[in-house]
Amino acid sequence: MPIEDLLKNVGVDFQEDSVHEEIMKCVGCGLCLPYCPTYREVGTEMASPRGRIALAKEYFDGKLKITPRFAEHLYLCLECLACETACPSGVKFHRIMEPAREAIKKNLERPLWDRMVRDMVFKHIFPYPKRLQLLAGFLRLYQVSGLQWLVRKTGLLRSISESLEETEQMLPPIQPKALRDALKEVTPPLGGRKQYRVGFLSGCVMNLVFTPINLATVRVLARNGCEVITPRFQKCCGALHLHNGETDIARQMARYNIDIFEKLQLDALLVNSAGCGSALKEYGELLKDDSRYAQKASAFSQKVKDISEFLVEIGFVKPQGAIYRKVAYDDPCHLIHGQGIKFQPREILKSIPGLELVELKESDWCCGSAGIYNITHPELSMRLLDRKMAHVKATGADLLATANPGCILQLRWGAKRAGLKMDVVHVVELLDQAYSKELE
Amino acid sequence: MDKKSLIDELAQIVGVENVFHEPEDLITYQYDAYLSRAMPDFVVFPTTTEQVSKILKVASREKVPFVARGAGTGISGGAIPVKGGIVVALSRMNKILEIDFESRRARVQPGVINLDLSHAMKDKGFHYIPDPASQQSCTIGGNVAENAGGPHCLAYGVTTNHVLGLTVVLPNGEIIHTGGKALDYPGYDLTGLLVGSEGTLGIVTEIIVRIEHRPEAVKTLLASFSSMLDAAKTVSAIIASGTIPAALEMMDKPAIEAVEAFAHAGYPVEAAAVLLIELEGLKDGMDRLAKKIVEICQSHKAIEVKVAQNEQERMQLWKGRKCAAGAIGRICNKYYLHDCVVPRNKLVAVLSEIYQIAEKYQVQVANVFHAGDGNLHPLVPMDMSDRDQVERALRAGDEILKCCIQAGGTLSGEHGIGLEKNELMPLIFNEADLTAMKKVKAVFNPEDLCNPGKIFPTPGRCLEVTQRPR
Ligand SMILES: Cc1cc2nc3c(=O)[nH]c(=O)nc-3n(C[C@H](O)[C@H](O)[C@H](O)COP(=O)(O)OP(=O)(O)OC[C@H]3O[C@@H](n4cnc5c(N)ncnc54)[C@H](O)[C@@H]3O)c2cc1C
Ligand code: SF4
Ligand code: SF4
Repeated sequence: MPIEDLLKNVGVDFQEDSVHEEIMKCVGCGLCLPYCPTYREVGTEMASPRGRIALAKEYFDGKLKITPRFAEHLYLCLECLACETACPSGVKFHRIMEPAREAIKKNLERPLWDRMVRDMVFKHIFPYPKRLQLLAGFLRLYQVSGLQWLVRKTGLLRSISESLEETEQMLPPIQPKALRDALKEVTPPLGGRKQYRVGFLSGCVMNLVFTPINLATVRVLARNGCEVITPRFQKCCGALHLHNGETDIARQMARYNIDIFEKLQLDALLVNSAGCGSALKEYGELLKDDSRYAQKASAFSQKVKDISEFLVEIGFVKPQGAIYRKVAYDDPCHLIHGQGIKFQPREILKSIPGLELVELKESDWCCGSAGIYNITHPELSMRLLDRKMAHVKATGADLLATANPGCILQLRWGAKRAGLKMDVVHVVELLDQAYSKELE
Repeated sequence: MDKKSLIDELAQIVGVENVFHEPEDLITYQYDAYLSRAMPDFVVFPTTTEQVSKILKVASREKVPFVARGAGTGISGGAIPVKGGIVVALSRMNKILEIDFESRRARVQPGVINLDLSHAMKDKGFHYIPDPASQQSCTIGGNVAENAGGPHCLAYGVTTNHVLGLTVVLPNGEIIHTGGKALDYPGYDLTGLLVGSEGTLGIVTEIIVRIEHRPEAVKTLLASFSSMLDAAKTVSAIIASGTIPAALEMMDKPAIEAVEAFAHAGYPVEAAAVLLIELEGLKDGMDRLAKKIVEICQSHKAIEVKVAQNEQERMQLWKGRKCAAGAIGRICNKYYLHDCVVPRNKLVAVLSEIYQIAEKYQVQVANVFHAGDGNLHPLVPMDMSDRDQVERALRAGDEILKCCIQAGGTLSGEHGIGLEKNELMPLIFNEADLTAMKKVKAVFNPEDLCNPGKIFPTPGRCLEVTQRPR
């Protein structure tokens, strides 16, 4: 092709902002395609990282208006970040996708119902711990009252939407308040020798439905010489908001959390939910244009550590109690792709006497949970889940471990769908169990 | 026929869910890994040969141009729909139809990803040999169209040596079968003609390939040199010794530096060149063979020879070579990945000329290449926000190509001509050569609806013709 023709469009509408900077890093090689679960399942370029970047570019260049179809293509993305791991050119895909979704949020008139639900969840529930608790309490009531059975039996939910029905079945039991209160604001190190003073970000969903995992996390930390501070009035990390175009709300919550933890003088800030950890590590990026918070935010982010990352870093106490199980480990996307944490959870599992860790094919693939993806895209989510469970089944494992609440819920549901009688647990729970067995 | 009726007719063939025509869809089918772009009017996703045949019948009846597309990793713009029309996307035709271990053949649909095919046979100890650096993404159909090569093609040959039979839908919709599981068939070797035809003679819908046992033993070595000349002499000495390594790759200093900054593969940054050598064969005698190669390297002034001691070390050594393009991609926002061939004895002279050209145009250049067969891949970083810099990079690229041709080389080793180099074809072919090729094309693709605008120079556009010395 003649050079003159090639040059026609070069540098013409070049813009210098952070989104364009990221978009320009994509050389268009297509090497990310096979690692993208939606591309693999759907097979179209629109469902691929390169296609999504091309679409976003068209919009940010001012050549394409935001339409429902545009939104549809970008929202089909799981934000699993597998493409970031795969990309040899180092494109940070989420730095393109998040602003694109924010633009969609601002520019698109969504159908009323859709909007209502989203607004309810994002604006009116998640930012307010009280309301989230209320909703949780409501769900729990619904569960223990036997109404759940009735609703399932009559297919009431199906008449509203197939997707809601599936999600409804996934609802975990909400833990009673007494148990939740067992998580103390200050937990002293076990045996008294304090080596680290750490903060614990208990997470909103984690705290409500996975209270036992939070308790296990704190026990494990205490066992490893940590004084653990769990401020009662922390807020949701904002990950879900960020992935769904509610960037301003995410920023508000970030500022709040930074203020809460800043004054505590901590060595590290610990998280046991991969999704939250990934978002918390990005506070620096999120608030980089906020003159008051930019510096505090990046200092905050630098202290954030995933629990397995921290334990391996400090050379955790090897457990003596044995667990005789064959365990498969599934990498949460936001741990392996979002934070590059791959060997640490495995190292913890391998340290447990008696435990046999087996290789899981495509363990670095999204299970289809992806925040609220299983609610917004139930069909594709289930296809990914079934693909995952087929691999799980092939391992012959009798226990599945992972490290993120959304994944635990989704995988439990997957095990049920696949007819596998297997439990799904958090890595830290197994370590906690191994420690407690030492006493037996 | 209006657009609406055409959509309806295509939808009848493949189902509505497999026809796309909104701007938000088409935007993503404007490009491949080359620099240019063009918008198609429709994208269709067939799943069977019959569907492809029906699509092409409609297209040829309505005189609508069409182009096949695999994964869109082509670097010569082959899959770009320069004349608009229909993109026939084969990504959903991705079934491995049969693996016959006994006769060592596999039958696949064109959308099967190269590496997936090898993975599917891994347990049985088999693999598909051609291994382009893009093998994780590119499709077997795309490999057939471009006659793709890779590091391991030195000893075992490029794609054409591994393809035994094809099912092809001709541009008029007719379905033909060429070759088969056996090694040779009577009549014209149409398989050989179709491999490397860059999607201009029809759409391949089924491929029979040769599969091979994985080698019993593999040894990988990295030899570093303080001069390019020493490295190049070593390459010639190895091949003259009668041993054909499975792979014999070279990288120059800028490439080594880029790779080390990013991948930490353990390449010595002080070296002027490294050779990555892989030997394959039986366990017996492998150590002796490796020793012989080490000696050849040492007698040609290698400053260091590393031999990978285990699989992990082997992967580490390969990592540097495999991520070379990506490493360059980190220091710029686009690179021009060139592809040209020079006779092996001219390697050093051509390289020094390449450095001079880069200097003249004030651009960087890093070289990675299949040294064993003289296939060079100069990588020129570009800054797409700077029109002047891009222009210099492109002009330098053109000059590099011409310099390879002057040295008795050719336009493309494995990436194809496509849209990228069609205007340069007169540099290596005279009028009679080109006419012969055009006549062949006319037999299959008389109306030029099948991937138009590729391979051949645009009529009426004149180019200074500097005939290649032959
Ligand atoms: C980083 C990088 C590294 C690369 N390394 C190598 C390398 O080492 N060696 C090498 O040879 N190439 C290499 N390539 C180039 C490219 O990957 C190959 O040309 C590959 O064969 C293209 O396959 P594809 O499926 O992406 O085809 P596409 O790009 O989709 O199409 C390429 C051409 O094939 C045609 N085509 C596709 N499918 C069919 C079909 N079924 N029937 C008829 N025509 C069809 C298209 O019309 C087009 O003309 C590299 C590319 C990149 C981006
Ligand atoms: S995101 Fe990365 S891997 Fe994917 S096409 Fe762009 S540069 Fe290539
Ligand atoms: S984030 Fe996941 S789903 Fe989205 S483009 Fe990247 S790999 Fe695909």
